[in-house]
Amino acid sequence: MTMTTPRTAETGVEAKRPFRINLRSSGIYVAFALIVALFSVLTDGALLTPQNISNIIVQNSYVLILAIGMILIIIAGHIDLSVGSVVAVTGALSAVLMVNMGLPWPLALLLTILAGGLIGAWQGFWVAYFGIPAFIVTLAGMLLFRALTLTVLGNQGIGPFPDAVRTLANGFTDGYLGNIGLGPLGGADLFSLLIGLMAIAGMVAAQWRTRSARSGYGQAVDAMPLFVLKMAAGAALILFLVVQLARFKNLPWVLVLLAFLVLGYSLMANRTVFGRRIYAIGGNLQAAVLSGVKVKQVVFWIFVNMGVLSAIAGIIFAGRLNQAGPTAGNSFELDAIAAAFIGGAAVQGGVGKVVGAITGGLIMAVINNGMSLIGSPSERVMLVKGAVLLAAVAFDVWTKRRAGVSR
Amino acid sequence: MSGITKTFPGVKALKDVNLTVRRGEIHAICGENGAGKSTLMKVLSGVHPHGDYDGEILFEGRRCAFGGIRDSERAGIVIIHQELALSPQLSIAENIFLGNERARRGLIDWNRTNFEAGELMKRVGLRENPVTAVSDIGVGKQQLVEIAKALSKDVKLLILDEPTAALNDDDSAHLLDLLRGLRDDGITCVIISHKLNEVIAIADTVTILRDGQTIETLAAGEVTEERIISGMVGRALDNRFPPHEPSIGEEVLRIEDWTVHSPSQPGRKVVDGATLTLRRGEIVGLAGLMGAGRTELAMSVFGRAYGTGISGRILKNGKPVELRSVEDAIRHGLAYATEDRKRYGLNLIDDIKRNISAAALKGVWVDEREEYRVAEGFHRSMNIKAPGVSSVVGKLSGGNQQKVVLSKWILTEPDVLILDEPTRGIDVGAKYEIYTIINRLAREGRAVLVISSELPELLGLCDRIYTLSEGRITGELPRGEATQESLMHLMTKGTPR
Repeated sequence: MTMTTPRTAETGVEAKRPFRINLRSSGIYVAFALIVALFSVLTDGALLTPQNISNIIVQNSYVLILAIGMILIIIAGHIDLSVGSVVAVTGALSAVLMVNMGLPWPLALLLTILAGGLIGAWQGFWVAYFGIPAFIVTLAGMLLFRALTLTVLGNQGIGPFPDAVRTLANGFTDGYLGNIGLGPLGGADLFSLLIGLMAIAGMVAAQWRTRSARSGYGQAVDAMPLFVLKMAAGAALILFLVVQLARFKNLPWVLVLLAFLVLGYSLMANRTVFGRRIYAIGGNLQAAVLSGVKVKQVVFWIFVNMGVLSAIAGIIFAGRLNQAGPTAGNSFELDAIAAAFIGGAAVQGGVGKVVGAITGGLIMAVINNGMSLIGSPSERVMLVKGAVLLAAVAFDVWTKRRAGVSR
Repeated sequence: MSGITKTFPGVKALKDVNLTVRRGEIHAICGENGAGKSTLMKVLSGVHPHGDYDGEILFEGRRCAFGGIRDSERAGIVIIHQELALSPQLSIAENIFLGNERARRGLIDWNRTNFEAGELMKRVGLRENPVTAVSDIGVGKQQLVEIAKALSKDVKLLILDEPTAALNDDDSAHLLDLLRGLRDDGITCVIISHKLNEVIAIADTVTILRDGQTIETLAAGEVTEERIISGMVGRALDNRFPPHEPSIGEEVLRIEDWTVHSPSQPGRKVVDGATLTLRRGEIVGLAGLMGAGRTELAMSVFGRAYGTGISGRILKNGKPVELRSVEDAIRHGLAYATEDRKRYGLNLIDDIKRNISAAALKGVWVDEREEYRVAEGFHRSMNIKAPGVSSVVGKLSGGNQQKVVLSKWILTEPDVLILDEPTRGIDVGAKYEIYTIINRLAREGRAVLVISSELPELLGLCDRIYTLSEGRITGELPRGEATQESLMHLMTKGTPR
């Protein structure tokens, strides 16, 4: 979102472009805000009640976790259709380890995550080193791992899970510091509020550092009023979210996990050499090869990563239901892929952001939740989600054609 | 054809070209790479439709306005492109009648298809089963399938663009015999070829193009290789090159007995026993016509980015090195800027600074401030015309994109830079800047290998020039001895038999 200031003579054409790019990369956040506003009105504010916000986060956490891995794969120009089945098989494995074999839960989780990594390695091998298109490999994986799930479970659910796992999937942080009164808003958990304030302080400090570093090198940055406005909006959003959650049952553990994953993976995508390689591969595969990028290795590892995240999602999903079932994770792959594309990923690869994919996932979550609150039948929810996905990608293709970047 | 002018954005590819082809002759068109031969043939065959060019085409006395390739084919003009347009998984017969199917009431009549295909194959001397898949026969035979396909369309004028470029000697000889036979059947042929011995052997008339203009048309009697070459290169060298004072040091790279096989046609040697050396501070040219194996040589040396069955030795600073991957090559101080920067050189949807850092990133973290600082440095020193280093590379002009590519490679601190067609598609002003940069690189003690189709460029820039023909190094001329004529002689030299 850098507004570049024209400097040379030939920028007559270029001067308009930053705005367009702005629209393309930030349109998704504007759309999210509009959708939230729309459903708050339609549901008479029920959408934004403390309990409902908590529900939206807990019910969609696993798709959001999958979307983080999926966006990386899509940026590299591949796809993964198997994540739903991998969620099922890792959930089943964790149940067998904990419930049937009675292993201590930390060991069982570790083994499950390891298994997820191995599944990712299996698919990564066929895609990266054997050269089979990811679409085919993961379509086969979708069948293979669903079959494995059914074999492991013997066609019935296994449960219940240990308390620790259920808390991770479904529980909330304790009120470590007790409740404080918030006047008309009622009581809220002080610990959660402090975490929220720390998050705001961290965000402002990080953005401020980036901004001053950039302007220190003469790079164009947002004007001060715009910067303040953005920071205020971000702070208000976090504060609102935290206050609402603190009024209900404190912070869901999955939100804490999700926050760490989003921060970590954003950092990886933007600031590490590995992250750069992913964008380079998706942007121009041949150019990446001729720049010395180890393309096969990078592709292999993003599939391993997808397997690991699928295993985490699998544990959380099974833990939330307190049972590993044979139909777990059905069509999760489609939700994760849709989240990535709604969140601004390009169909040809090379473009996308972790935060974008999360926002895309939240847009679908809010549509789901909002429409069910106003009592829409599920077929209408599906219809709307389909239309939103198509519209988001059409918008991406359209802006790209207008920008006229040749590929 | 008379007064044909064709303009591409920014370039006038053809300027008022006239071409007269008589019925029943074999007419050869000669010219350097980029002289406009292929463009002229594309105009004639309707690939560039009427209205896209100025001038007029008369065919059998009638004025033609082809809206596309189907119109020209209906009139009896068929073009066979250098890159064969066959569908590899389909059979020979299916390919021959592709788009022209032998059908009855909407259903393909397979008996008729295969029978008629067999008849046409007999005419071109192709002894294969019509149901054999095209991917199962060699390139030489595939070329014959193309000609059979042309015959199936009742061709009167057959245009062949570099038909023998990918063929071995036997297949070439067979093809030329076939063309003579077709001429005797009354079919007119226009052939574009770089192989002057073939042109002299087969052509009744030769037209020479240079810089998008007709230079002369010669009848068979007056055609000699010297005559064609002087027509192709006869151009004054103007002062388009910055002065260059070579200070040449010790040898930095030696490539010995380098042989590369084609990955798509097993057994065909694309580079054949090439040996060359580069020294510090030296700008070395590599001249060769299209298909001579220049890019293949460069890419195979650059960490085996091209080719199979590679043999030979590479010595860096006198010590043998194994460059098994592009990463190895970069680590050993090699850099290769591709001839097609949009397809192979740049991530067009990303910005300038990230493109510049792409080949030099190491370790775990990207230091974005350092990246920015470095990119700003190149922005100034290379005079990249863009609002800032966060501008998207796809929006820049060709010259500025090339400066980004060069910056990217300079950042890897190479001892040896291989620049493949460094000024292709770049306007004159930016060319001068690129030449200046190349001179600076040499002055800094690096060795530069320049691959170029433009002989004046090589002559103006290089201290020493190698010529490559059909994968072999056919000559090595120091700056003083090289002329366009001497280079062209060596570049068109066939394989010694």
